This record gives sequence, structure tokens and C-alpha cells, in this order.
Amino acid sequence: MEKGWPMAKLESSFRNMVVVLLVITLVASLSLAAVYNVTKQPIEAARQAKKEKAIKKVLPVFGQLEEEAVLPPTGKDPVVVYKAFNADTLVGYAVETYSDNGFGGRIQLMIGFLPDLSIYNTAVLKHMETPGLGDKMDVEKSNFPVQFERMKAESFPLAVKKDGGAVDAITAATISSRAFVDGVNRAYETLKAKGDKQ
Amino acid sequence: MNRLEYFSRGLLRNNPVFVLLLGMCPTLGVTTSAINGMGMGLATTFVLVMSNVVISLVKNVIPDKVRIPAFIVIIASFVTVVDLVMAGFAPALHEQLGIFIPLIVVNCIVLGRAEAFASKNTVFSSILDGLGMGLGFAFALTLLGSIREILGSGAFFGMKFIQGDAILLFVLAPGAFIALGYLIALINKLRKV
Repeated sequence: MEKGWPMAKLESSFRNMVVVLLVITLVASLSLAAVYNVTKQPIEAARQAKKEKAIKKVLPVFGQLEEEAVLPPTGKDPVVVYKAFNADTLVGYAVETYSDNGFGGRIQLMIGFLPDLSIYNTAVLKHMETPGLGDKMDVEKSNFPVQFERMKAESFPLAVKKDGGAVDAITAATISSRAFVDGVNRAYETLKAKGDKQ
Repeated sequence: MNRLEYFSRGLLRNNPVFVLLLGMCPTLGVTTSAINGMGMGLATTFVLVMSNVVISLVKNVIPDKVRIPAFIVIIASFVTVVDLVMAGFAPALHEQLGIFIPLIVVNCIVLGRAEAFASKNTVFSSILDGLGMGLGFAFALTLLGSIREILGSGAFFGMKFIQGDAILLFVLAPGAFIALGYLIALINKLRKV
């Protein structure tokens, strides 16, 4: 056995390569599992806090919330509808919706509606769009979502202008804009379909 | 060679973006504003230093023929750890930088330094090299981001100084190539003086 630093490099024999790669991947997956376990709870807490903040942002002041998962007319996963009340009066709905048409996979949005189904405000919960282009769907990055405020789907066709709608798409991020609109639409359609049933 | 040299050469003389022309994908992609460039640069610096440390520690037990897959596993693990830890304990920061983190795995500067430097040098030198290269990368991205933001959005670090739109071209992809081209020409000129 050689002593001291530097040691000789391990020879590239079949056995060495297999053992080393096995050990490295094993250590990597073990440490990832450990980190995942440690961070699981804080991440969940942060997600919950973000969701609550988003609900507060997209609705007028409210007292209590009622939560209900509803299967939207389009799309395979349920969206969550939060009904907000002040005393016994309905002040609006916050809909946690999603779209799978994003440039970088699923985007998750929180859309607030007033009882007459006009959009009150919007918030982005999670997205993987291109930094500097698609991420402008977040109100902190650009004014793109502002155009939805106080709009009703009847008078404000929910599609980007390129597709014959009324929405001004983000420059150089039409796909992200379409995904955002798709998410808003899913929220709206869900509420509409749900309202018909009652 | 003087050890400080390991640190300082990454900043300008061997700047990864302007001189080595490494990491062009994040360079061109995320530098639409100064803050984006800085975020990407700093996140990369962190991963670069950490992966340099680990790779220089284990370099002698990795057989040559499988070093690249071994490095990639190490780098990808670090990126995931950074992503998870940031999401859990610094959600506000994660909001700002989170989107850049996955991009770091495919950043060839990190693998490039692992292969060219950390796998042949001591831990301390590798830390200096990682810091120098990372900060050089952050500097280049911030500079490019500032230029594109000033020309393209009429703003600097988010503070608008003109009304309305500026030269939109600079926020889009062609503007990145144009701005980077002129910057590289300028730096080459300066390096020769």
C-alpha cells in the first residue's frame, strides 16, 4: 500500500470501475434521500404558506375558506376551489388551477374570481418557464397578468391575440402565455360547470 | 504558480465566458436582465466550488475511464441538494433563483473545471479555482445582463429610467448574440493592450 499524498490513481479495471461507480451512486442517492427527508417538511410548509399568500392576494378581504377539489371539464387532474366567505356572504372563489401546455412542463396558478365570475386577481404558484421570457407571467416580473383583472370571460375571450382572443401575449413567450391562458380558462370552466350543477 | 493566480485568472484573463467561451447556453439564455445574470452566476459559483471540493477529494479513487459519469453524478447531486435546501430553508431566494438551478447541471463550466482542474489539483487550489471561475462567470453574466437590460428595457437592476419600450431586440435572443459578440471583441482588444 502506498503511503502519503498523492496516492496513485485507481487502475481502470472492470472490478474497480463497477465498485467505484456503485459506491458513488449509492452515496449520492443516500445523501439525496437524507436531504429530501430533512427538507420535506420545510418545503411543504413553504408551499402551504405560498398558497395561503396567493389566496389572500387573488381575493378581496375574507373571513373563512371552504375547500373543495373539483374535476375540471378538461384536463385529468382535479383543481382545488376555495370558496371565500365574509360572515355568510360569498366574496369570491380562489381556484388553484394548472396547465400542462407550459414550455417547461406544468404550471400552477391561483386565480381569484368574484361571485359574478369576473377575474379579481391572479398569482403564479409554480412554473418552470424560461427565465427572462416565460417567467414574466408572474406579476412581479411584468404587467402581463394585470390585463386579466376585473375581466369577464364573456367580454374578454380567454385566448392570446394570435389565436383570436383578447389576451396580449408576452413578447417571445407565446407558448407560456397560452399556457397561462389555458390555466385561467380551466379555472373559469370549472367554476362555470360547477355553478350550473348547483 | 502562485496560488492566488488560480483565483484571479478566472476573473478576466481566463474568463470562462469572454475568453474560454464556456457555458454559452446560460450566458445567452438568462441574461435578459442584470439581476437574472447575477442570480445564475452566483448559483453556479456555489455549485462549482462545492463540486470542485468533492471531486478534488475523491479524485484518486476514481478510475480514469469512468471519471466523467462519476463527476456528473456528483455535480447533479449537488445541484439537487442546493435546490432542495433552498426550497426548504430560503423560499424567498428560491423564488428568485430556483428556476436557474436545474440549468446548472448542464453548465459545461462546472464539468469543465472538474475535468481540467479539480481532478488534478489539491482541495485548496480547487476552491480558489472554483471561486475565481464562478465569480468570473457571475461578473460576465451580470455585465451582459446589464447591457441588455439597459438597451432592451431601459432599466438597470429593475429600476426603469425611460418611459415605454426601449430596443426590444436586446431582450430577445439575437440581442444576446450581438451584445456578447461586441463584448468579446472589446475584451480581446483590452487583453492585447
